[in-house]
Amino acid sequence: MSERFHDIAITVNGEKVRERVDARKTLVDFLREDLALTGSHVGCEHGVCGACSVRVDGVVVRGCLMLAVQCDGARVDTIEGVADAAEITDLQHAFVARNALQCGYCTPGMLLTAQELLVRGGIPSREQIRAHLSGNYCRCTGYHAIVDAVEAVAQARSGAKG
Amino acid sequence: MKIAEDSPPIVSALDRPNSYIGRSVPRPNLARLTRGRAQFVSDLTLPRMAHAAFVRSPHAHARIVAIATADAANAPGVIAVVTGAELAKVITPWVGVLTHLKGIKSAPQHAIAIERACWQGEAVCAVVARSRAEAEDACGLVEVNYQELAAVTDSETALEPGTPVIHPELGDNLTFERVHVGGDPDKGFKDADAVIETTFGFGRHTGVTNEPRAIVADWNPGDARLTVYHGTQAPHMMQNLFAKHLGLEEHQVRVVTKDVGGSFGIKVHTYADEMATVALSKLLQRPIKFVADRIESFVTDIHARDHRIKAKIGVKIDGTITAWEIDDLTGIGPYSVYPRTSGIEANQIVNLTGGPYTCPNYRARARVVFQNKNVMCQYRAVGHPIATAVTEGLVELAAAKIGMDPLEIRRRNLIPDDAHPSSGPSGIKFEALSHHESLAHLDAMMNYAGLRAEQTRLRAQGIYRGVGFASFIEVTNPSAAFYGVGGAKISAQDGVTIRLDAQGAIICQTGVTEQGQGAEAVIAQVAASAFGVPIEQVRVITGDTDNTPYGGGTWASRAAGIGGEAAWQAGKALRANVLACAASILQAKPEDLDIREGRVVDRDSGTERLSLQELARIAYFRPDTLPPGFQAELMATRHYVPRAWPFAFTNGVQASYLEVDPESGFVTLLKHWCVEDCGTVINPQLVDEQIRGGVVQGIGGALFEHCIYDTRGQLLNGNMADYLVPMAAEMPDIEVGHVVTPTRDSELGAKGAGEAGTAGAPGAVMNAINDALRPLKAKPLTDMPFTPDKILHALGKV
Repeated sequence: MSERFHDIAITVNGEKVRERVDARKTLVDFLREDLALTGSHVGCEHGVCGACSVRVDGVVVRGCLMLAVQCDGARVDTIEGVADAAEITDLQHAFVARNALQCGYCTPGMLLTAQELLVRGGIPSREQIRAHLSGNYCRCTGYHAIVDAVEAVAQARSGAKG
Repeated sequence: MKIAEDSPPIVSALDRPNSYIGRSVPRPNLARLTRGRAQFVSDLTLPRMAHAAFVRSPHAHARIVAIATADAANAPGVIAVVTGAELAKVITPWVGVLTHLKGIKSAPQHAIAIERACWQGEAVCAVVARSRAEAEDACGLVEVNYQELAAVTDSETALEPGTPVIHPELGDNLTFERVHVGGDPDKGFKDADAVIETTFGFGRHTGVTNEPRAIVADWNPGDARLTVYHGTQAPHMMQNLFAKHLGLEEHQVRVVTKDVGGSFGIKVHTYADEMATVALSKLLQRPIKFVADRIESFVTDIHARDHRIKAKIGVKIDGTITAWEIDDLTGIGPYSVYPRTSGIEANQIVNLTGGPYTCPNYRARARVVFQNKNVMCQYRAVGHPIATAVTEGLVELAAAKIGMDPLEIRRRNLIPDDAHPSSGPSGIKFEALSHHESLAHLDAMMNYAGLRAEQTRLRAQGIYRGVGFASFIEVTNPSAAFYGVGGAKISAQDGVTIRLDAQGAIICQTGVTEQGQGAEAVIAQVAASAFGVPIEQVRVITGDTDNTPYGGGTWASRAAGIGGEAAWQAGKALRANVLACAASILQAKPEDLDIREGRVVDRDSGTERLSLQELARIAYFRPDTLPPGFQAELMATRHYVPRAWPFAFTNGVQASYLEVDPESGFVTLLKHWCVEDCGTVINPQLVDEQIRGGVVQGIGGALFEHCIYDTRGQLLNGNMADYLVPMAAEMPDIEVGHVVTPTRDSELGAKGAGEAGTAGAPGAVMNAINDALRPLKAKPLTDMPFTPDKILHALGKV
């Protein structure tokens, strides 16, 4: 069975983690089951819904389409870490103020994906925001409020930069 | 009646200092969701918890000849392999019928199939293991010997003599039939200058909640209690059902519902695999977790909307509608779903068709048949999207036939705003509606004349845009008439308990549940307003049968209207109790005092007399200083159920503006509008977001969503890559407006708003597509979803 289980070393939300993982285990299952980081959600398990979105070495990926063993040596950021680091506090506040979440199951993935767009800078159009979020499924809101919240943060951040 | 702005003035009957009613207060508890710190059932782990996975029938209809479980039982991590016959020793089967749906019939359904599987996806064996992965591995080692049986898949032939009867003991494949005749339809059609007849089709679709169904059942033989952590809309209903079918008393069952990742009616039914999970916990005496994966969700979450409706309208040249006729046929799978039944959607279609209009001449028939596909049952806006699309489709086809503007034909036929109370063609009763005011508001809000001018200008350039409308009514705040009178243990009443804590904050416990719609915010706003504290000093507890008043939960747009009124009454009751206590401390008269902003004040001057914190300190820690014989009662409970009307009907009108590419058949949604009247608006932002989310769910059914089965009963697109749902890039911005006609059945006057968006959107989109294609002489599209392929067919291009 030596080929089935692998020792991996990952930095998760800034903490160094060493675990032995089953080769078939997805990154999101590893985060949720082995590290009890349940903020990343499992929606479709085939890369469509985006509920499992996490960052690997700074890039937003589908946690269900990447295996934990592939992340050996990588830096992984989940919603818990990004929230605790206060990286997206303005975006989180905008989502609350605009009621851009209802059940909240898609929200962690939606926030990380929106932040990916926002860090590029500038004020994206509503169409650009919609296009960037088009891989993140939300059944509750109809998306309008999410687009409003992201747009408001883009404007605020642009203004803040003056 | 008045138009509500985004932050409308406080409704006068509820006018209290510092009222939160009518204000867009942010929902409490959202930060846990934005920080990844929520508690969904799928996140939950308990000590000794094991995981269940199910072997599911690959056949739509098959006899289970034998099940060989030895290899699975010996697989790594496996704790138990349990067949239907073995599980039946701890859980009894159920039959989904209600006595007020006359003649409805169904067969006993088991938690795990015994002898026969009746749809592709029905569980035939359970495996319990240390991990879900090991349980699934072992499922692959269970050998089931099936004898395939003929599958009944076409509802059109389900009742024909040559078709096999799925449950021979029932005699035929007819679940339920309803016939209704109102007024004089024959005379109505005879009086018409034109009769338009067509057939509408509605694709089978499903809820696709982002969090799949999830349950953790924990039978503790030491307590003789079952605790079920359940992503459900109706904890008390499930408490009753778990107890009933496991042979327990209800007090032995506690249902806990924390965060739920989307419901929409999907999570308000009895699912065989969830019943199997609680039974497995009882059998194995340890916590068992089951979370449906996405494929299991597609083949077992209830489906809805699979209706074929032959429909007819009569109209005079002056636009007067003279008669309606519908013949609905729907296939609901092999079992009527327990306990709400699968007859309700067809029944609603008969109730609601023609509902906004004055024409009383109406003939309807609805037949509900069994078939070997996944079960169908109530999903957001039950029946409304279908009845509305049929009605509004007929109205716009009639308008086109006589050359009348679609808004004008509505103005001539909608029930006048001053004609209430009134009734619809099926006999349904309306307390007060505002169709005309809503229409006028929509007309102005969307700049209808401007859009028509733009449409005409663009047509000259070969760009085909369409405008479509849908007036609608929506059933909300259901009384016991919905389920209770039919014998189901589903509570129509709901309760709120409010207590003052020792620092002057209030704790509200309620039977209505939070599914993300904002029930907690609404309860907090109403309680804060009625009692008199800042909203930051209100905590709301929902979703726990041990710790909330008995209630129905969240369905049929009832949480705000029913739970909100209970909170209003409980808040007033607690205020009276607290003022009695304050009066005894202050040696004042209670009627001279009030509670404002967390302080007991002089009613007339507003001067502070006593903080609630000080009052609580005295009442809880120094009651010895209170006058002899005075006992402070700092907790109050009130319940509410609508009694004057079976339902609080709401109304509204939607419009869709879109562009169709006649070369590709693609539809681009440009804008959507909805004006609705849900009575008193407690939180305008939450109402607007319910409307927007509902509209997009309706658009999904109109354009994308379809559970496609082959003739053998195999679901061909049971995954999110092939079953399309609305995503951000394809959805339009949605403008929402309000007209306010409070119900007089409650002091609060609030009706529901959760389903209005879904009710009207499909009809509006359909009418807009047909409006866009009319100059191209396309055959009107009436078969949802309107895929590019169907549009090209209508244009004769393929």
